[in-house]
Amino acid sequence: MTIITDALCPFCGCVCDDLTIIVENNKITDIKNACKLGASKIMGHHRIKAPMMRADKKSDFKEVSFDEAINEAAQILFKSKRPLMYGWASALCEVHKKGILLAEEVGAIIDNTATVCHAPSTLAVHEKGLPSATLGQVKNRSDVTVFWGSNPVHAHPRHMGRYSVFAKGFFQEKGRKGRKVIVVDVRKTETAAMADEFVQLQQGSDYLVISALRAILSGHADVVPESVGGVPKEQLVKLVDTLKAAKFGSIFFGMGLTQSISRYKNIDNAISLITELNAFTKYVISPMRGHYNVTGFGQVCTWETGFATAVDFARGAPYYNPGETAANDVLLRKETDAAMIIAGDAGAHFPADSVRHLARIPVVQIDPYWNPTTEVSNVVIPVAICGVEVEGTAYRMDGVSLRMRKMIEPTLPTDVEVLDRITERVRELRGE
Amino acid sequence: MELLIKNGAVFDPVNGIKGDKTDISVKDGKIVNNVSSKATVLDAGGRLVMAGGVDAHSHIAGAKVNVGRMMRPEDSRSGISPRTKITRPCTGYTVPNVYAMGYRYAQMGYTTVFEAAQAIMKARHTHEELEEIPIIDKGALTLFGSNWPTMDFVREKNMDKLAAYVAWGLLASRGFGIKCVNPGGGEMWGFGKNVTGLDDVVPSFDVTPREIIVSLMKVNEMLGLPHSVHLHCNNLGNPGNYKTTLASMELANQVKASKDRQVMHVTHLLFNSWGGTNWGDFESKADEIANFLNNHDNITGDMGQMIFGSATTMTADGPKQYANAKLLHAKWSNGDVELEDASGVVPIYYVKQISVHAIMWAIGLELALLTKDPYKMLLTTDHPNGGPFVNYSEVISLLMSNKKRQEEIKTVHEAVHAKTKLPGLDRELDFSEIAIMTRAGTSKVLGLLDTKGHLGVGADADISIYDIKPDQIDPSVEHAKIKSAFSSAAYTIKGGQVVVKDGQITATPLGRTYWVDAKVPQQHHDEMMKDIVRKFKNYYSIQLANYMVQDEYVSHPQVIKAGAIPVEVN
Repeated sequence: MTIITDALCPFCGCVCDDLTIIVENNKITDIKNACKLGASKIMGHHRIKAPMMRADKKSDFKEVSFDEAINEAAQILFKSKRPLMYGWASALCEVHKKGILLAEEVGAIIDNTATVCHAPSTLAVHEKGLPSATLGQVKNRSDVTVFWGSNPVHAHPRHMGRYSVFAKGFFQEKGRKGRKVIVVDVRKTETAAMADEFVQLQQGSDYLVISALRAILSGHADVVPESVGGVPKEQLVKLVDTLKAAKFGSIFFGMGLTQSISRYKNIDNAISLITELNAFTKYVISPMRGHYNVTGFGQVCTWETGFATAVDFARGAPYYNPGETAANDVLLRKETDAAMIIAGDAGAHFPADSVRHLARIPVVQIDPYWNPTTEVSNVVIPVAICGVEVEGTAYRMDGVSLRMRKMIEPTLPTDVEVLDRITERVRELRGE
Repeated sequence: MELLIKNGAVFDPVNGIKGDKTDISVKDGKIVNNVSSKATVLDAGGRLVMAGGVDAHSHIAGAKVNVGRMMRPEDSRSGISPRTKITRPCTGYTVPNVYAMGYRYAQMGYTTVFEAAQAIMKARHTHEELEEIPIIDKGALTLFGSNWPTMDFVREKNMDKLAAYVAWGLLASRGFGIKCVNPGGGEMWGFGKNVTGLDDVVPSFDVTPREIIVSLMKVNEMLGLPHSVHLHCNNLGNPGNYKTTLASMELANQVKASKDRQVMHVTHLLFNSWGGTNWGDFESKADEIANFLNNHDNITGDMGQMIFGSATTMTADGPKQYANAKLLHAKWSNGDVELEDASGVVPIYYVKQISVHAIMWAIGLELALLTKDPYKMLLTTDHPNGGPFVNYSEVISLLMSNKKRQEEIKTVHEAVHAKTKLPGLDRELDFSEIAIMTRAGTSKVLGLLDTKGHLGVGADADISIYDIKPDQIDPSVEHAKIKSAFSSAAYTIKGGQVVVKDGQITATPLGRTYWVDAKVPQQHHDEMMKDIVRKFKNYYSIQLANYMVQDEYVSHPQVIKAGAIPVEVN
């Protein structure tokens, strides 16, 4: 029996690093400290056992060798005039580097799962920057914590305990008792039920409410109507007083803000609110990132290409123009003629019309798990699970870089090995 | 592999060579006395030969650099070039991608660059980027000036524990030396406040910036680190801050150097040599700062020269960056790191017709021209704060030509006449002085003079050849040729390998990463670690076991040994 302490969880953007993993005969038999979501991922389920291929989408998959599957994947990318390489969020940074190199070599568009998640936040950062902090700064200092359009009780179960609400810190010795917790959402979530104050707004009115808060903060409460987005003015005025009274305030926003109407403009407005609050007291704002290493893809892609996501290599140089070069842009325009989907599930999370187009074109899937993307794939290459069977780098939601542990030995090749072999094969096909 | 460079007009101030035709022999990446007849011969044809450029202060890798890229797609869109058979694609001007960082430095004849600031907790990120910067050797300075353990040990006046913490922090971050940014201010910014001078007390920690600076200098010398404390002064970017800068530099007298180098390097002095009380009566006090340097031998500085046009300010000085964003109505990123420091990133555009910008531009040049000994004033632009490093050739040509300066002065705001002394300075630096400010001096300040910054036997075979014949050019008049030559090397040789020819990249080997392994007595380490363990248990948001940068992130290490106890000699 092996006991691995201080292990890191490859599930959500919290990347909790205090797990204890018990391993017997290369099987994980027990996990301590992880939440249910993390434990479920680490224990594993729905693994793809062997490489598979099929001639067309209606046929059944046939098991093939890795050589055959890798050759076919390379052929598809080589023949494609407009390949899309999408996913990446559940893979390590070492995989991202290989992926970006391959995208360069085949002139692909490379995009990650943020496109249906926090990519609007990136657009807002282009406009306004991001006044943020590491999660420990929040743990030690934050006396007002706001969750806006985010529901950590369900999506990031240990966030409140480790970092933002219940955690005790240097200037926050009392933990929960020393912090005021505010939830802004369209429905009374379980996080809202635990808050000191719940601000319920009408769906799609986030932008209005943020604007009202900014008006009140700047001394123009007189222009704010009696009710904004279903929230009484009185409550908004009181909320501004609470925000201003903080010594250190933090706002954590989720997809309730990024994927509702006004999208990136909501974040733009929220960042402006935070910047303005800093004239009164200290405030920081942070996106609640979903997959454990979706942040990492943004980091690697940015330092390698200059852009965080939606990078088009068709011209040999990085070209970035979300709205034109994001995964769903090229799928909805039916521009993509082949796709590689790796460590992300377009089949489950993309708009129906995008998935319909995926069903029409050759699709290569590289993933440890059987998921809806498998159903639209032609070539399926199973790989080892990053962060469980493969060690390497991941970036926590606050941009802190961490090294994920290997808990057990893999029985399948790693993403890096598969991408290396596809790249080699593409070079051979090109006669290099 | 052997190489013989013949007929070069060599400028190698460390070895007293001033333009003499000197052959340089290279074997196995080092400069040697002579090579066999099989050596490849490179005929420099009378052109200028110097050691490879060494940059002691540039923001090339890590969290805040990447934040700069992420918030500035408009910057990444400039300077785009596609991949070639040899090179990866390049993007960016003020915040280039990792590949452009390496290629562009090499194309200027630079072969070694030090990242100016990394928080220990984010050092893994710094090294991830350093690992992908091609060609150049590199290293990173580690922030210690607002770290809770630093402040605790300073308050306890326990220099043994502080030395042990610095040694451990350098190991944890694979860092090269002590960076101290607005000491105490990083912690104050945790609650949106700042220190205003050397004697403000940091609440909860009960220490002053003065105590932090002196203590860090002491332990730097106790540990015998190659570099000195690298200080970004308090009050940076505030009119009238030259007084704080002078008072900070005075502190150097309290500590004796353990090596033949300064005990304090004061960085990007352009931003710390300011007179006046507001933006209206803003003026240069570069003369006061230069005068101080001229009369003290234990301090060095660098210019942080400003370049008109686009820049991206990025610093661990969090409160300054918020102030900048407010002043400029610019987008603002902030990046506090728990228990360690702050940081901020704000884009700026320097304009010739804005009086403050014109005065700033003049201050940098004044600093270089008024400081008599070029070993005391290194050439930097504090990339990308003053401007992108690709403009070093512009700075060199300005320093070598009064004619060019006078032409430029005509194009900038008239305030430079009343508020600076630049128009009356007729000093023109020569090739030796430029070689010192960009090679010998930077290497000496970093403590790397044994292998970097010169062309003597035993040095790394990092060599640049520029398309100028020094005996046939008058830099004062032909400043355009000077600029052109220094912007694009005829040859850059890194570790004996030609990496640039006629300004084009010819090979992309991976350089080494310098870091310092400093030893302290075990007992001091053990006592210090008790405090560290407590801080991780209670205050950090990650586990101690996951904190330190692993070997995997430094694939080509160049480890320099140091320590408070006798250490092995390599």
